Amino acid sequence: MRLNILGVVAAVALVAACATDPEMTSDTEGDGASSEASSSSAPAGIMPGSEADLVVNVGARVYFAFDRFDLNDISRSTLERQAAWLKANPGVSVALEGHADERGTREYNLALGERRANAAKDYLVALGVSPDRIRTVSYGDERPVAMGSNETAWSQNRRAVTTVAGAGS
Amino acid sequence: MSLMNFMPTSMARRAIHTCLLLLGLMMAAGTANAELKIDITRGTVEPLPIAITKFIGDTVDEANYGKSISDVIAQDLERSGLFKPADSRAFIQSAEAMSSVPRFGDWRVIDVQALVQGRAEIVDDGRLRIEFRLWDVFAETQMVGLAYFTVPDNWRRVAHIIADSIYKRLTGEDGYFDTRVVFIAQQSGTGACRGTTPMNPFGKRLAIMDQDGENRRYLTDGSSLVLTPRFSPTLQEITYMSYHGNVPRVYIFNIDTGHQEVVGDFPGMTFSPRFSYDGETIIMSMAKDGNSDIYTLDLRTREDKQLTTHSGIDTSPSFSPDGKFIAFNSDRGGAQQLYVMSANGKNVRRISHGKGRYATPVWSPRGDLIAFTKLQSGRFFIGVMRPDGSGERLLAEDFKIEAPTWAPNGRVLMYFRKDRTNDDGSGGRSRLFTIDLTGDNEREVTTLCDASDPAWSPLNP
Repeated sequence: MRLNILGVVAAVALVAACATDPEMTSDTEGDGASSEASSSSAPAGIMPGSEADLVVNVGARVYFAFDRFDLNDISRSTLERQAAWLKANPGVSVALEGHADERGTREYNLALGERRANAAKDYLVALGVSPDRIRTVSYGDERPVAMGSNETAWSQNRRAVTTVAGAGS
Repeated sequence: MSLMNFMPTSMARRAIHTCLLLLGLMMAAGTANAELKIDITRGTVEPLPIAITKFIGDTVDEANYGKSISDVIAQDLERSGLFKPADSRAFIQSAEAMSSVPRFGDWRVIDVQALVQGRAEIVDDGRLRIEFRLWDVFAETQMVGLAYFTVPDNWRRVAHIIADSIYKRLTGEDGYFDTRVVFIAQQSGTGACRGTTPMNPFGKRLAIMDQDGENRRYLTDGSSLVLTPRFSPTLQEITYMSYHGNVPRVYIFNIDTGHQEVVGDFPGMTFSPRFSYDGETIIMSMAKDGNSDIYTLDLRTREDKQLTTHSGIDTSPSFSPDGKFIAFNSDRGGAQQLYVMSANGKNVRRISHGKGRYATPVWSPRGDLIAFTKLQSGRFFIGVMRPDGSGERLLAEDFKIEAPTWAPNGRVLMYFRKDRTNDDGSGGRSRLFTIDLTGDNEREVTTLCDASDPAWSPLNP
């Protein structure tokens, strides 16, 4: 599927089939649900190459299964859009933040977050993005986006988030 | 009459001078009788009934110090689960009426086996003098008699030292009351301890307190996220992880000076630090290109050494007390399990074989056991096993409990418990608890803020 434009379409279809994927929940970022691969349709007020551009028009987050760090088709298509966006905005550097849910011990979760951030980074590099433009940082389970102690929240917290360097998450 | 001892103290800590109180007659009589002793190696121990009388004082100030000290001694001993302090309302002989030798019959009547009496006095140079005696009520002998000199503000520490002395005399084991706990304090769901920032969303700060939860203070200001502090076994230092500058790395914090320093110059995230038992080495994980391996850093030569090279996650390392072995956590076999290797990284063998995943091995200061966190069927457990993996026992269980740390005598574990969080972010309280190695006597350690990641100090110097 790598570098296959049709793969993006297939990924959209997969969203509907994957009931446990957090992207089925009301995710305001729209990653996975959009087939736009560039920021050409940016709403007014969003600066191309900005954090908001990445979040709204590309999709900043990819998600993982419990205690796993392998990328699924949806994650790969999100990262393919990120790679295209990074090529379109060559001056931008990013930080890839790896996160875990609370169902692990603190130190293991730090290592797991590091693995997830690097899995996403490795895919961007394979797609031709210079590794010099990507910093990784693991937060373990210290920065959940969803607070509940339930699978819905945990599935949203098991993630790698691409942020424009200096913008923070 | 008295023999001066001098306890080693650091410059920043207040000196406590100890005198031995000798009662020749009573000491001689003591050898003829069966010794009063608590055997704490048995599974369940019936608490020893003990009367801790109010320490007397001639002035109001002295009497107040005396009462406060005897209260803290009673609280320490009661919390250990090995002692049952008698209700003072049952006392027949008053503390004031006791001369140098108590009326033992009055104490046998109320079924106490041990009796503690004491006196507080402010001496001419302004120091506080506290003396106490521990009596065997049935043998009618003095078991301990000691006096301490210190600045009055230090009264609480003297109380813990006296409690340790009583514990040691009656159990044969070193006590653990004159110790501290370093931990992570954070904003609680009730809003206490506010201090969150975008870079530190739960307001986590390094904090320290006495083992009974008193004398709490923050060591860091909350500007950076901090995690997993651990005490040096030999110095007034803590190693911990900080996101200072948004770069997660291992640091050393000097408690006396407040000085903080990065440990080593590593190309990736360093985390899960812990001192060796001789205090001369830090062992930790370093993550590079997504893979976490275990490294040591010699604190004198500043030389680092990579001990594991596996593609799995290798983390949470802990040295054995003799420095010959390292227990750690790895998912190299597919899921998290406990492993032990030689200190040079060779001879890796898996020691955990039960159902579920195992994490955070911590070698007991006695060397006989490894405490761990276990995850199974959506539940967390605190347990212990022998270093060869045999004799696994689970001591506590909950939705989320983690991070056991040993009291310096290897008889008590502390850990944190985190409640479920609601979708709106409420709930999710995080608190500290202690439990006996027997699995009995679980007690909360009260903290003002939410608390996690406890690490027990050695006995205070």
